[in-house]
Amino acid sequence: MTAIVFRNARLIDPEKGTDQIGSLGVKDGLIVEPQGLDGAEEIDCQGNCLAPGIVDIGVKVSEPGERHKESFRTAGLAAAAGGVTTMVTRPDTLPAIDTPEVLEFVRRRANEAAPVNVLPMAALTRGREGREMAEIGFLLDAGAVAFTDCDSVVTNTKVFSRCLTYAASLGALVVGHPQEPVLSAGAAATSGKFAALKGIPAVSPLAERMGLDRDIAIVEMTGARYHADQVTTERALRRLARAKDSGLDITAGVSIHHLTLNELDVGDYRTFFKVKPPLRSEDDRLAAVDAVASGLIDVISSMHTPQDEESKRLTFEEAASGAIGLETMLPAALRLVHSGQMTLPVLWRALSLSPAKRLGLSAGRLAPGTPADLVLFDPNAPFVMDRFKLLSKSKNTPFDEARMQGRVKGTWVAGRRITTNGA
Amino acid sequence: MSFRARHLLGIEHLAPDEIVTLLDQAETYVDLNRSDEKHDTALKGLTQINMFFEASTRTQTSFEVAGKRLGADVMNMHMQSSSVKKGETLIDTALTLNAMHPDLLVVRHPSSGAANLLAQKVNCAVLNAGDGRHEHPTQALLDALTIRRAKDRLHRLTIAICGDIAHSRVARSNILLLGKMENRIRLVGPPTLMPSGAADWGVEVCQNMEDGLKDADVVMMLRLQKERMDGAFIPSEREYFHRFGLDGAKLAHAKDDAIVMHPGPMNRGVEIDGTIADDINRSVIQDQVEMGVAVRMAAMKLLAQNLRATRPAPDVMA
Repeated sequence: MTAIVFRNARLIDPEKGTDQIGSLGVKDGLIVEPQGLDGAEEIDCQGNCLAPGIVDIGVKVSEPGERHKESFRTAGLAAAAGGVTTMVTRPDTLPAIDTPEVLEFVRRRANEAAPVNVLPMAALTRGREGREMAEIGFLLDAGAVAFTDCDSVVTNTKVFSRCLTYAASLGALVVGHPQEPVLSAGAAATSGKFAALKGIPAVSPLAERMGLDRDIAIVEMTGARYHADQVTTERALRRLARAKDSGLDITAGVSIHHLTLNELDVGDYRTFFKVKPPLRSEDDRLAAVDAVASGLIDVISSMHTPQDEESKRLTFEEAASGAIGLETMLPAALRLVHSGQMTLPVLWRALSLSPAKRLGLSAGRLAPGTPADLVLFDPNAPFVMDRFKLLSKSKNTPFDEARMQGRVKGTWVAGRRITTNGA
Repeated sequence: MSFRARHLLGIEHLAPDEIVTLLDQAETYVDLNRSDEKHDTALKGLTQINMFFEASTRTQTSFEVAGKRLGADVMNMHMQSSSVKKGETLIDTALTLNAMHPDLLVVRHPSSGAANLLAQKVNCAVLNAGDGRHEHPTQALLDALTIRRAKDRLHRLTIAICGDIAHSRVARSNILLLGKMENRIRLVGPPTLMPSGAADWGVEVCQNMEDGLKDADVVMMLRLQKERMDGAFIPSEREYFHRFGLDGAKLAHAKDDAIVMHPGPMNRGVEIDGTIADDINRSVIQDQVEMGVAVRMAAMKLLAQNLRATRPAPDVMA
């Protein structure tokens, strides 16, 4: 097995909270001390940043069912180009990933086609319909790392509490989507001046807090391990803080889009900015950024959701929700560093360390003995995003033509380089 | 005197001088429409397609009459019953029609932003005849012309817009237009039918008719959609009429010479008392219909003028 020594690297270590020039060794797929690696390949990083690869919870690959939107191969290539070394995939496919057989198919396809680590999540209820519990035990044995019905909220609280009770007994992680589903039905925007003027059906931002309040109560009732996929409003964040303080096993994520865009970006009904939950006010966006900086929000996700042109070339309320993000998450997240809102190690805590920890992975850090999943990037390289150059099959990014800073120079999974660009 | 717009998608992007230009042009068509020779050649040789994805007899007829009086070839597409039902997207439909080289595309659609979307994809002038709950610009323009003729001015008036503001594109376009012309606007209606954020629009929000109509020059009633009852927006039609329907007692709070408007079609006994709607001293509802044709003629004439200016001149040697 080959060894590598990265020299002259700006090492971003989210665990130690450090950002300093140094060297890093890799041997047999693991990170090792850089000294004494005879015959190792030497990589001069030229002062570029070397950080743990991103662990992205909530990637939709569209296999099975909608391979024309994204396959494991294209999602994997996009992930590699974006510095994502572990994709934690969503089960909201066609059919839903709700049996060990479908999960087996997903794992096989992922191994064949994707150059990065793929860890599948499975549905919490059959068909994500919120009525019958999925085979949580079998699915766990088959390799599911978490259970979620994605953006389909289990409205029946009896079913939801039983699912959480059962999951808790197995120590399984449940990922919820905090949203009051009846109040938010049909909404395509956050209520307020902008949505009202544009005539877009909208929902109060409080629908998120209502959903989170319910989920917190059921977590308290059942003792389940719970992760909220996206908390995007200031008022829900206050409830999250209280729940964490009370010692419940709760973590939360936020999408990169809610950290870098607000409701006004929709502008003239641009459907690439239609996401779930809808983009929020600038005050809520800033609250979410602060929460990432303080650690209240644990995880930043791309919420990668490929949609074809047809499903976006509709009026705003009819268009499909979701944006791709695997390849754009890193430069978009660097905006938070360039604007002075957080340091690189703090950002990487949310991009790699915390998501890995939540899933019980040893990846996501630079400690010797952990997997050599790494990304090398120039944090300052400027470029203008061209959506047609992205490797995803679907091109529905809100960052088309955006000016961005930060280019991936190389990505390694278990010590093996999986990109060919740059350095 | 100028009109620079390529499309008429909403009032939002019109400047006050463009609004005045359009209304002045419409005045000349009011006279034309009252004469025995109701013909002009402003749209001669041009093709106008009316694409109505939502049923509408009144607006569609108004656009059709307007186009015909100006000499356009007018076609009506009833989109509720055609290929749209077969799964064709709005854009595919538009591109199909675009290949037939229309010059003016009049669109009504149940989704907000539909006209904006079409305007990006076709190379003719698009007129928004109502998109979802976003805008209905020709309605606001015809209301403005009606007010200007009744009050001899279109500024410094107190105008009460009453009823279902939340779901009304007519209200949005009127608020924008009357605001641009520097009027005092009051929105009156139950809080369930008031859009969130309305207070940030530079208007006064009133929850009862007495406050809202006090000393108003213009009382504009909106249609209450029957299906609003299902969504628990209001308790019943009779309670709505009692609290927000326009009757003589409520109208008495407005100025003595206040005019009463309604975009039609009316629900008599729900948002407006029949005797007020028919009172020729107060109601200008029939004038609104008449002004509608003139305003649509003016809008299409001005857009056609801009359209011809952007097209390459024909090769005279050919």
